[in-house]
Formats: sequence, C-alpha cells, structure tokens
Amino acid sequence: MSKLQIQQLACQYQGKPILAGLDLMLQENEILALLGPSGCGKTTLLRAIAGLLPVTEGHIVLDGEILSSAQTLLPTEQRGIGVIFQDYALFPHLTVAENVAFGLRHWDKGEARARVAEMMALVKLDGLEDRYIHQLSGGQQQRVAIARALAYKPRLLLLDEPFSNIDSQVRGELMLEIRQILRSQGISAIFVTHAKEEAFAFADRMAILHDGKVAQAGPAEALYYRPANRFVADFLGGGNYLDATVASPNEVHTPLGAIQSASELRYPPKYEGTLLLRPQQLAIEPDNDGSGVVTERRFAGTYCDYEVKVGPVALSVRSGHTGLALGQRVAVAALPHALVLF
Amino acid sequence: MIQTLSRRWSLGGYLTVAVLLLPLAALIFQSLDPDQAVFDHLRQTVLADYVINTVLLILMVACGALALGLPAAWLVAMCRFPGQRVFQWALLLPLAMPAYIVAYVYTDLLDYAGPVQRALREFMGWSGPTDYLFPEIRSLGGAALMLALVLFPYVFMLVRTAFLEQASNLIQASRTLGCTPTQSFFRLSLPLARPAIVVGLSLVAMETLADFATVHYFAVNTLTTAVYDTWLGFGSMASAARLSTLMLLVIAVLMFAERFARARQERFQKAEGKSEDYAYELRGWRAWLATGYCSLLLGLSFVLPALILLDYAWHYFDPSALRHFGQYSWNSLLISTLVAVATVMIALGLQYLARISPRRWDRLPSQLAGFGYALPGTVLAIGVLIPLIAADFAINDLYQWLERPLPGLVLSGSLVALAFGYTVRFLAVALGAVENSFKRISPSLDMAAATMGQGPFGILRRVHFPLVRRGMLAAGLIVFIEAMKELPAALLLKPIGFETLATYVYQFVSDEMLELGALPALVIVLVGLVPVIFLNRSLEQAH
Repeated sequence: MSKLQIQQLACQYQGKPILAGLDLMLQENEILALLGPSGCGKTTLLRAIAGLLPVTEGHIVLDGEILSSAQTLLPTEQRGIGVIFQDYALFPHLTVAENVAFGLRHWDKGEARARVAEMMALVKLDGLEDRYIHQLSGGQQQRVAIARALAYKPRLLLLDEPFSNIDSQVRGELMLEIRQILRSQGISAIFVTHAKEEAFAFADRMAILHDGKVAQAGPAEALYYRPANRFVADFLGGGNYLDATVASPNEVHTPLGAIQSASELRYPPKYEGTLLLRPQQLAIEPDNDGSGVVTERRFAGTYCDYEVKVGPVALSVRSGHTGLALGQRVAVAALPHALVLF
Repeated sequence: MIQTLSRRWSLGGYLTVAVLLLPLAALIFQSLDPDQAVFDHLRQTVLADYVINTVLLILMVACGALALGLPAAWLVAMCRFPGQRVFQWALLLPLAMPAYIVAYVYTDLLDYAGPVQRALREFMGWSGPTDYLFPEIRSLGGAALMLALVLFPYVFMLVRTAFLEQASNLIQASRTLGCTPTQSFFRLSLPLARPAIVVGLSLVAMETLADFATVHYFAVNTLTTAVYDTWLGFGSMASAARLSTLMLLVIAVLMFAERFARARQERFQKAEGKSEDYAYELRGWRAWLATGYCSLLLGLSFVLPALILLDYAWHYFDPSALRHFGQYSWNSLLISTLVAVATVMIALGLQYLARISPRRWDRLPSQLAGFGYALPGTVLAIGVLIPLIAADFAINDLYQWLERPLPGLVLSGSLVALAFGYTVRFLAVALGAVENSFKRISPSLDMAAATMGQGPFGILRRVHFPLVRRGMLAAGLIVFIEAMKELPAALLLKPIGFETLATYVYQFVSDEMLELGALPALVIVLVGLVPVIFLNRSLEQAH
C-alpha cells in the first residue's frame, strides 16, 4: 500500500480555488519532487498535507488514516509530519540543541538528549549545540532545520523550496548530502521546487503541477522524454515543435521530411499534430548541399548550441560539432527515438 | 494560522472587546435619553459659547503648533547649524511637560504681580494697570499659547521625518531645474510634507480637545470642562453623555482626516532612490538665527518651566505640605502597574487571536479594542461611569431583594472604575506595540511549532511569548507612564479620598500653590521623559 494517497483534492486560499481535482501517490521511502511554476499551487498542496490549510473536496490519507477531507481536519500538531520551511523557521530565542529538541517534549529526558546528539552527528553539526541561530551560516541553518524536523521521527517529511536560499556553489553538494541523510533514515519525503535541476538531482519521482492539478507524474527520464503534453515538455526543457502528419504507425511527415519512430505511435494515420524534438535529438553535419543554415551559435564547452534555419523553420540544435561557423550550410536529421506527438 | 483553532478563542476575543466597548455604547445609548432638561438649559444659555470656544481653541492651537513646529522641523531636518544634532531629540522634550504645569508657571511669570510686569512697571515708571496694556494670560489666547508650546512636538516630529524621507535626489533635481533653496522648499518639500502636517495637526487637535486641566485652570469654558461641570455640578449624566457624543463627532472628523492623510503619506514618503543625506550648510548670521530660534523654542517650552519648577521645589520645600506625597505616589504606582499588566495581557491575547485564527472576523477584536485612545479623558470617564453605576444599582437591588446589607457603589465608587477606564484608554498603546513585535515573527515559526506537536497554547507559551517579551515590556512601560500622567479621567473616576500623583499635583495648581507641589510635579515630568526617550530611539532607528 502506498504511504500517502491524495485523491480529487480541492483547496482554496482566501476564497480563490488553488487546487482542483488533484491526485497524487507517494510510496514508502520515496522522495517525490513537486515541480511547477510559481503560483501553480505547490506550496498550497504542501500546507494542505501538513494541515495548515483546510481542503474543500477530496481527501488526504497517510498510512491508511484520513488526515484531511471536506468533513475532517486532523490538527497539524497531531499529524506527525515534519516540514522544512523555505526560511527554515528556526526559533531565534533557542539554541541549536533546543531547536532540535523542540518536538521531543514528551520524550524521556535522557532519550531526548541522546536523540539530539544523534541528529547533530547526522547533520554534522556536533559542537555547535549551544550556538544561537543567528550565529550560523545559511547552510548550517538548513542542517539544523533538517535535524529538527527528523528528530521526532515524522511519518512524512515535507520540504518547501529548501535550497532557494543556499549559494549556488554549495547547493549541489548540500542536496546530495541531504538526500543521503533521508535515504539513511528511510524517510518518505515530498519536496517542492520550481527548479527542474533540483528536482532531477534530488527526487526519485516527480510530479508536475499545472493549474491546480498534476499534469504528469513519474520518473524524471519518462517525463523528459515522454511528456504527456506541451506544458510538461516546455517546463522540463527547450524543444522544437514541428507540424507533423502521421503517415504510418511508425512514420510522420514534417517540414524536415519523413521521420521514423522507434516505437509505435499512439495516433492513427492522417492525424495532424505537433512533433516534439529536443535539441539533442537533432543531428547536423556540415554539408554544402544541406537544407539548413547556421544562424546563431553559443559555445558551451563540450557541445555547442546552434540555431539552424531550414526554409522558414528555425530549429535549436545541440551538437558535438563545436566548430561550425555562422552561415555554414548543414544537413539536418532527427536521431532515431520514440517520437513524441501531441 | 491554526485551521483547527477552537471557537472558544474567538468567543473570548469578542467578549473582551464587548466589555471594552461598553463605555462607548453607554454614551450613545444614554444620550438618547428623552429627559434632557439640563441639556436644553445648556443649549439655551452657554452651549453656543462652549462650542465656539472649543473650535477657536483648536484652530488657534493648531496654528500655533504649526507656526512653532514647522520651521523647527525644516531647520533640523534639512540644515546643518550649531546644535542641530541636539535639537533633533531635545525638541521632543516638551511632550513630557503637562500643559497645566506650563500654564501655571507662565501665569506666575506674566500676570500683574509677576516678575515680568513688575520689572516693566519699574523700568517704565508706570504706577498701575491703567497705565499700560498687557495681554491677559488667563484667556482663550493664553490657553492656546500654552497648549501650542507643549503640543508643537507632534508637528515637529512627523514633519521632520517627512522631510528626512523625501528622496534627496528629488531636491537635487529641483535645484538643477532652476529652483533656489526657498523655491524648492515651497514648490517641492512643503507639498510633499503636507500629509505629515495634517497627521500632526490632527493629533494636536485631538490632544487639545482632550485637554481639561489647562482650560479649567484658565477658566475658559470648552466642551471638555462642560462635560466635567455637568456631571459634577448638575449631576446630569444624560447631558454629560450628550455633550460627550457631540465631542465624539469632532473626534470622528479628526480621525478621518488623520487616516486619510496617513494613507497619502505612505505614497509620498516611499523614500525610493534615497541617496546620501542632502543638507544646507548654514553659516554666519543664518546659522545663529537657526540656533537662536530652536534654543528659544526649547527654552520657552521646556527649559524655563523646568527650571522654575526646580526653583519652586528648592525654595518652597515644606515636608508638612508634602506629607501625602509617599502615599499618593504609591497609589499611582499601584494603579499604573495594574493597568500596564492588564493592557499588555489583553493586547497579547487579542493580537494572538488575530494572528492564528483562520476566521477573518477574528481580526476585528484587535482592531476595535484600541478606540479608547481617541476619547478625551472626561468623555471616557462618563462612558465608564454609566454602565458601572447601572451595574452597582443592579447589585444593590439584588442585595435588597435577598435582604442583605447593601454593598454600596462597589464598582463605580472603587478602584475598578479607574482601572477599567485606564485600561480602555491605554489599550491602543499596548495593542500597537504587541502587533509590531508579532509582525517581526515569521508565520512559518507558528507552522513549524504546530508540525512539531504544539497546540495553540503551546505555540503562544513556547514560541511567541519568549519572542515578544521585550516588546511587551516596552509597551507595559509606556502604558505605565501614560497612566501615571493621566489627569482628566482620574479626576472623574477616582474613589473619594483616593488621589493619584497627577490629581495631587493638579490640586496644588487649582489651589494656586504649585510652589508647594513642585516636587511631585517634577516627578511627573521626569516620568514623562521616559517615553520621549523611547520615541526618539525609534525615530533614530528608522534612519
């Protein structure tokens, strides 16, 4: 059975509907990234799960227990859910150790002390127990927040854009480290972000939110290479969209000519749609009789991004040929793969 | 916000604010009483004079405060001259000086037997009052001058801030567009500071309307003294209530003007693009003129009265006249502490409810509860007495029915009336301070505490209370001091035989013997300096 089930969830904030008909599942020990542009309802969903917002329809079930529905709202303090807030929400009047022990009020004194020590070691902050929050760096504060949220062994951990206040230089390292910690503790977690790179690096599975619904959920590769719609495709990275007509179950006709699909298409012949081609799914070769012309280039080290014009169509192409000059004529072809057609 | 907050919290908030609103409701209700014989009598005889006096007084004080405060504000904010840094805070000092003490001191100085007129007569060789014209200090104009002398700091403070927050590049731009400093003042600085001026003048007008002691001492009849006299002289609660509602109308107009101007002020004082401070360096006679003006203002409004008080205290020290000093100080201390604790606790409860409740209407109690600050002390006192006297009658009826000995006026004739009145009057101070402290706590702290198993009480006790403790202390201190100084409400609400420091000093003033009461008067001034220091510090922090 899954850890968390959310079905047909609807939520309002200040009278405005934010979430409507949202479904989401989380497996035991899974880290799920909630990804979406600002204002799509990510934080609202997180707050609904934590019981900080009521739901108007649907329900949220954790470990088989109904937490929220239109009729019931289990108080936040009885849910046993840990939350890492964007600003960490560390208590400025308490020391690091007192912050970590905040949720351990009903524990035995000795056990609580041992748990705090264990947590401090886990997040590698041993020796800073008696510091106050303002004496710590941003990364250290982040670690305190993690230690505090994990100390009371929550059933589920929610992270609200936890890395947005961290320097980009240390962000990657910290993310890997925290992922390691969650893994070692066997924690199920939901992680909210608007940056796809963070979601790719941190999560096992991701759910993309759009207009208060889950637009698509699944492993990162599946979403990137087989997006269900144009919104998901756009959100996860740039691409070229070509008018395409299905010619046979394995072939479409486009302005670039016929393109073969590695798997069977879901649409019948004569269907007219849009074909998604990621920049790296196109290949270019210098060819003086080629149909394309290089109109722009951006060098990026091991590869180069080009704009190539083929007749009236402008294409973005990522290529290992880093030496092509502006105005160079090239031959353009799609690399063999399972085509994505909307 | 705590979505699952029990409705009992809301109920508590609404009950509290209902009790606090009782005086206002009672005033309005009582003024509808059809028995208006005394009021009709007033209307046929003196009411018109009272209203005219009140309006004239407000206008004159407003003009006076503007004439004194505006130049000082501009000089201190926009110019550099010897002493400018000292005047920044020193010109706030008059706020600590009760107007009736200033009035007494100047009467002593300027009336016929006073040193000024005596010296004039000697110098000019005049022999009697018929030989020369000297303006009578005990008059409407005199009262207006006294009030303007202690109230101008409101204008000074707000307008100075407005000038400071005007982006200096605006002034530089006006100079490049061909304005002289004078033109740039009249075409730019002054129009931009207009909302601040209106706010300052509304505060001055409200304080003037609330003033009882100065006009009473000068025997100038205004609506405030009329309320006092109708109740204590004629014993007509209904007329006092009707006069009070008349004053409420004036207050409503003033408050509306203030709110409106504040909204505009926020737009005008965005202080975007504020660069380095831009100031005119004054030299030569201009610098001396600026220093001279500010010194004269400070001298007349604070230094001179304070020195004269010190002189009284030194020369007329008489332990037998001050034998009650200790007892009355203790009374003041007791009641002020009580009120400080009560207001801060109520403010904490109401603001906490407003913060955590998921129901939008639960913000209302904290917004309504502060209304008492706008009521003049006399009006508030009448409003407090009406329900308490009614409750006392009900209690006595109950005892009579039970055939038990009658308890007497257990509410209206005891410290309950005074404590309740002060609480209503000063709650706004505590509400504002607690709200400011709360604003500095990120809402995610509440949520974090809730996720870690804390209920509403736990969050208040373990997170908010430790974090707002300092703010609450400061709020309590200011309420304490305001309660120490409060006079008009105390005159009407104090139990018989109970004196506070302020009523004690006022007794000396109205008996024309302040010389003997100079020591307690100095204590009031010294105590009043503390909030001025607070005010100055918060102004300094803003810059």
